[in-house]
Amino acid sequence: MLRILSFRRTVTDTENFRWRPGHVGLGRLPDHAGNHRPKTFRSPREAAASSTEISVDPMTTSRRNFLRFALAAPLAGSALAACGTAGPSTAGGGAAGGGAPSIWIISGQPGEGIRSNTVKRFNEANPDIKFDTATFQNDAYKTRIRTAVGANQAPTLIWGWGGGTLRSYVEAGQVDDLTSWLDQNAGVKDRLLPSAFAAGTVDGKVYGMPCETVQPIVLYYNKRVFERVGAQPPQTWGDVMDLVPRFNAQGIAPFSLGGQSRWTNMMWLEFLFDRIGGSEVFQAVADGEADAWSNPLAIQALTMTQDLVKANGFINGFSSITADSNADQALLYTDKAAMMLHGSWTYGSMSSEGGDFVSGGHLGYMNFPPVDGGKGDPSDTVGNPAQYLSISSKATDQQKEAAKKYLATAVLSDAEVQEWIDAGAVPIVKGAEAKLAGSKDADFLNFIYGVASTTKTFAQSWDQALSPTAAEKLLDNIAQLFQLSISPQQFATNMNQVIGQ
Amino acid sequence: MTLPALVVFTAFGLIPLLGVVLLSFTTWNGIGAIEPSGLDSWSVVLADPGLPHALWVTFLVMALSWLFQTPVSILIGTFLAGQHRYRAVLAVLYFVPLLLSSAAISITYKALLDPNFGLGAGLGVPLLRQDWLGQPGLALGVVVFVVSWQFIPFHSLIYQGGVRQIPQSMYEAAELDGAGTVRRFFSITLPQLKYTIITSSTLMVVGSLTYFDLIFVLTAGGPGDATRVLALDMYKRGFQANLMGPASAIAVILVLVGLGLALLMRRLGGKDTDSQLEGM
Repeated sequence: MLRILSFRRTVTDTENFRWRPGHVGLGRLPDHAGNHRPKTFRSPREAAASSTEISVDPMTTSRRNFLRFALAAPLAGSALAACGTAGPSTAGGGAAGGGAPSIWIISGQPGEGIRSNTVKRFNEANPDIKFDTATFQNDAYKTRIRTAVGANQAPTLIWGWGGGTLRSYVEAGQVDDLTSWLDQNAGVKDRLLPSAFAAGTVDGKVYGMPCETVQPIVLYYNKRVFERVGAQPPQTWGDVMDLVPRFNAQGIAPFSLGGQSRWTNMMWLEFLFDRIGGSEVFQAVADGEADAWSNPLAIQALTMTQDLVKANGFINGFSSITADSNADQALLYTDKAAMMLHGSWTYGSMSSEGGDFVSGGHLGYMNFPPVDGGKGDPSDTVGNPAQYLSISSKATDQQKEAAKKYLATAVLSDAEVQEWIDAGAVPIVKGAEAKLAGSKDADFLNFIYGVASTTKTFAQSWDQALSPTAAEKLLDNIAQLFQLSISPQQFATNMNQVIGQ
Repeated sequence: MTLPALVVFTAFGLIPLLGVVLLSFTTWNGIGAIEPSGLDSWSVVLADPGLPHALWVTFLVMALSWLFQTPVSILIGTFLAGQHRYRAVLAVLYFVPLLLSSAAISITYKALLDPNFGLGAGLGVPLLRQDWLGQPGLALGVVVFVVSWQFIPFHSLIYQGGVRQIPQSMYEAAELDGAGTVRRFFSITLPQLKYTIITSSTLMVVGSLTYFDLIFVLTAGGPGDATRVLALDMYKRGFQANLMGPASAIAVILVLVGLGLALLMRRLGGKDTDSQLEGM
């Protein structure tokens, strides 16, 4: 029971780190930026118990906004009830003239602390400006920020994952174009990794300034249980399937999986599609080619996924485990599972929650292994190239000036960079690798830096790449695929219906 | 005197309802422009096989939780209506679930039912180590159980009040005629509770349409779509797929189904409005 309590307490740790991927080629860059940009918005990420945050919205409600809000209210009502966030309320300087600039922060340590420290440092360095902050849980934030942007009540600085969500803001004219400002302030731009800009760029213009860290998806393994079973980490997909019965025979689940979250299952398909058919298989889907899901290589990847499910490759009860509770990570570090495919953001929470699991060197990590005879490049990865800050077009000039000063002086300052590194993450500033060496997590950080900088394709997460309609259908069908309630062919048929939507 | 209530009802009931009806004839992604699109949303929703499934699941949850809650609530209510002090103590304990929010209840049950870290694993009881929320049938059962666990105290309270309204003289007369406890329960208590049962059932049935928070946190509609009720379907379409039009259409369907059920329950009560009280 203590176990339960301790991981419930840290509900927000992964939340905090679950960045949204964007489609970037870290290797072959900026030309790639505007290429395939599926037309739509944010990805649904499966719900957490987004229950208890009370928010303070520093905006005031104008009558027009109120009417608009009233239209959305019945639907929003259920969402807000779920999020537990109150409607607009005035507090902390929503005064005349638009009031103080504002920024919203995602909760969960260590990110929450690092973000609020950055704001605090900026406020102290600029006595005449005071950024108001409000804190939200990850999934609550996604609904809240979208509602706020739609109601013209967004904070001055809009934090997000770039990609499709940002595009929908741009199409609605809700965020400012930062291109010319960045050109005038080359010093700001040149500090950051060029690859990070792609997912913040829409139609060749930068609307989201990259911030924070780079996060590919990694195959983690538990060295303790590998030693106990006398096994070696898998070098190919064949090894993976061979390991499954060996671990099962010892009563250890081969893979941990938080299947209720659905996007966790999706990571498996993302890698198998890539390793079997190369990045072009999903690219065809994103480009809207008819019947792209029926590609024989796609069917093969889907079939192999179900083979792994049928072989009991995943932990018993995976379909009721949520990633938001960190239970999937707990399974790995309590030796109940041998391996886990998850984002690099889980490293931080595993080291803080897993006792000596990480510090004692029991956690292994590698890129997803190749599939025999597959076409994909084994260096390919999936993940989040960065996170993004955009300036709300509805902010006052004064607020926008403050926001630009914030972007120029506060974002990824030396102090913030150091805090991210200490938290086991790789910030997106040039020359970060020099600082990684001094960290207690140097091995992992160098590994992540290596994956991110040598990958041939840093693919965008599918639910982000597709329209929300298609993405929700995708996640739905993925859940059913893992339940074995539909066949790969049915999956392809269902998904072909929403291609191009 | 009715003015304040009318104003509140109009502002928070009717106007939003009208908004949803209007939205169901539009296309809107939540932040862009709202564009009229006629019956598009309706044809999408009505053609989707997900709708009959969600209706079926909603009906199952409604029926099963009614079947489970009603007898238990009546029995507990009748028991608590007695005047003993220990019953008052027990009553306090029985009402504890009423004090908890749905989200807290769901999170707690989710932790308890976890096959790897939950109660079964902790106590080492294999019977409890089912994949409670991962098997479609079991998950539905768990949802019904948790819903009932949360709301039985409330309905017991209603029945307790109902039983206390029954004139004591009826029981005295029955006792003189030699009726035992069981006979008195079936011949007096139950018939006298008729209107209480209708009230409580209406609350249960209409309320079950809105079980969103509990299921959202407990299973998120899963595994697959095994516990995806109509309200959850609405949320997923509206806020995860950003299809406000179809989500509004489902909201309208929810309202219609709710109204229909409420009317039906009133009908079931019969047209006879004669008092159940003796001699009146």
